[in-house]
Amino acid sequence: MRSLTQQPFRAAVLVLVWGWLLFLVLTPNLLVVGASVMTRDPGSFISLPLTLDAYRQLLDPLYLEVFLHSLYMAAMTTLVCLLIGYPFAWALSKVGKRNQVLLIFLLIVPFWTNSLVRTYALKLILATNGLLNNGLMSLGVIDGPMQLLYTEGAVIIGLVYLLLPFMILPLYSVFEDLREDYLRASHDLGAGRLSTFIHVIVPLTLPGVLAGIMLVLLPAMGLFFVPDILGGSRNLLVGNVIKNQFLDARNWPFGAAASILLTLAMAFLMFAHRLSKRRIGEDGV
Amino acid sequence: MKQTLLSLSNLTKQFDGKKVLDSLDLDIFDGEFITLLGPSGCGKTTLLRMMAGFEHPDDGTIALGDQDLTHTPPEHRPLNTVFQNYALFPHMSVFDNVAYGLKMEKRPKQEIRERVEDALAMVQLEDFARRKPHQLSGGQQQRVAIARAVVKRPKVLLLDEPLSALDYKLRRTMQVELKRLQRELGITFVFVTHDQEEALSMSDRVVVLKDGLIQQLGTPREVYERPANLFTARFVGETNFFPGRVDKANGDDTITVDVFGLKRTFRKPDFPVSGGQSLHVLLRPEDIRVLAPDDEDGVAGKIVERNYKGSTLDSVIHLEDGTEVLASEFFDEDDPTFDYRLGEPVKVSWVDGWEWLLPTEPEALPEEEGTDA
Repeated sequence: MRSLTQQPFRAAVLVLVWGWLLFLVLTPNLLVVGASVMTRDPGSFISLPLTLDAYRQLLDPLYLEVFLHSLYMAAMTTLVCLLIGYPFAWALSKVGKRNQVLLIFLLIVPFWTNSLVRTYALKLILATNGLLNNGLMSLGVIDGPMQLLYTEGAVIIGLVYLLLPFMILPLYSVFEDLREDYLRASHDLGAGRLSTFIHVIVPLTLPGVLAGIMLVLLPAMGLFFVPDILGGSRNLLVGNVIKNQFLDARNWPFGAAASILLTLAMAFLMFAHRLSKRRIGEDGV
Repeated sequence: MKQTLLSLSNLTKQFDGKKVLDSLDLDIFDGEFITLLGPSGCGKTTLLRMMAGFEHPDDGTIALGDQDLTHTPPEHRPLNTVFQNYALFPHMSVFDNVAYGLKMEKRPKQEIRERVEDALAMVQLEDFARRKPHQLSGGQQQRVAIARAVVKRPKVLLLDEPLSALDYKLRRTMQVELKRLQRELGITFVFVTHDQEEALSMSDRVVVLKDGLIQQLGTPREVYERPANLFTARFVGETNFFPGRVDKANGDDTITVDVFGLKRTFRKPDFPVSGGQSLHVLLRPEDIRVLAPDDEDGVAGKIVERNYKGSTLDSVIHLEDGTEVLASEFFDEDDPTFDYRLGEPVKVSWVDGWEWLLPTEPEALPEEEGTDA
């Protein structure tokens, strides 16, 4: 082994990567952790002494309710994404290569438009005099316009619309890896379709399910502009709480504590994902 | 004594307009080890999958005894498969893999445990029950796949190139082990391979397939020593094809054939011959005798290649008319240093009676030397 001084390129790359991680990933996170244990200060945002007040405030029934409601909406979003995404990804892995490329392309196209703009577009569709209501009324399905906008349902629709590709892509990847031989072996050994699904397909696609949940559940709690545009005042996400604490209420310690809550939830999900992959003999990510 | 167990009749299958199986008939006997042998694309894997129920014939029937299986789904067929890449469930332990089929039958727990343990003991893996497939070597995975299939006590065990992923030595060991298992279990084995050596050494009968048609069906000895056509002769083992011309048919069931200007007397073949007709004289490399250049018998040529094979010395001899001859000679106890120089002049002959005659075939024959008379 030559020392790093003899390999300037190697050294430069390492310094760059470590520097990036230290200053742009680790430091901001440490600052958030630091802010969460300090005292709120109207003048300079945060000040000493150190305190766990912010975490205590998280347990306030008022906020607890917001968090639980946020978790509920995110969970519903994830469930809907999973129910649509699982069969979608399965079918996607079955169609011919040419169609596969086309379908994945269509899945990715919406990313070329800013998600805020797309959420406003959704607002036009869901509005009282929007496309959906007018369309249904002219078809005679409904007599008067339905209240769609500013409901919990509208927030979930918005979140599903934005996050569905993040569920489909990891699922597609596990279905692509699901070898036909495993299914054949299962049938060969006497299992019908349902048994094969339960005992073989589900466990083998579980890492993709968990990856999809990871990519949908947490963003679904953080995408504050979706409730801002579609949800009205009662359907808040944890993301709204964090944003409000930093920008409006000027309570940085509390905002920081709430965002650490999300980080911990993420860590937990990653751990579960790793376990599921190890179960089928793949290295965890 | 030989009772038909699995009866395939008139099986036909097309993929994208290409015939993969062409009105194929085959009776598989109870308790035999039968091998489907052929190059890739010959239909052998399709045929095996049809028996397992993964493919459905466009036409024809599959029957087990008097039970028609043609439209029975795989999970209801009393046949089990050992897959080419084993297809062990990666999320289950060895024990759970082997137990899977019995759990699907809803057997009592106690019975499942006993039978799984027996099956694992049979393949000498009783200590590996708790491992996951990815913690096993290729040979061990192979044995789990076999245990998983035989634990169901199938009527027929289907093996889809099960040894192709193993290295040479392990493959030989597994060949012996498979033979032993088949003898002990008394189950009918249908084995698919493209490896003719494997087919010859393991099988009771070999089915040589090409383009969805059976080229030959017979014992390994019949297939090797009396190939039914040029394809089988070429595919199974190495063969020298010498151009011959019938000189005359003798009264005593022999014919005189002109080969490289030599008049040789051969047994009369079972196809009709007439004077002046061209035919192929087939001689395996081990039938060839290499003689000294001053020997009065044989055809003159010179050594162009020699390969020391341990127990044999394999050489390639260029005859004067350009024909290449493969010869494989055992080392002689009296002459342990026996060897050839490259370019050494020799004469080539063979033992009369070891030849095999085939008629010339109309189609163009690819890139083989000495085939067109």
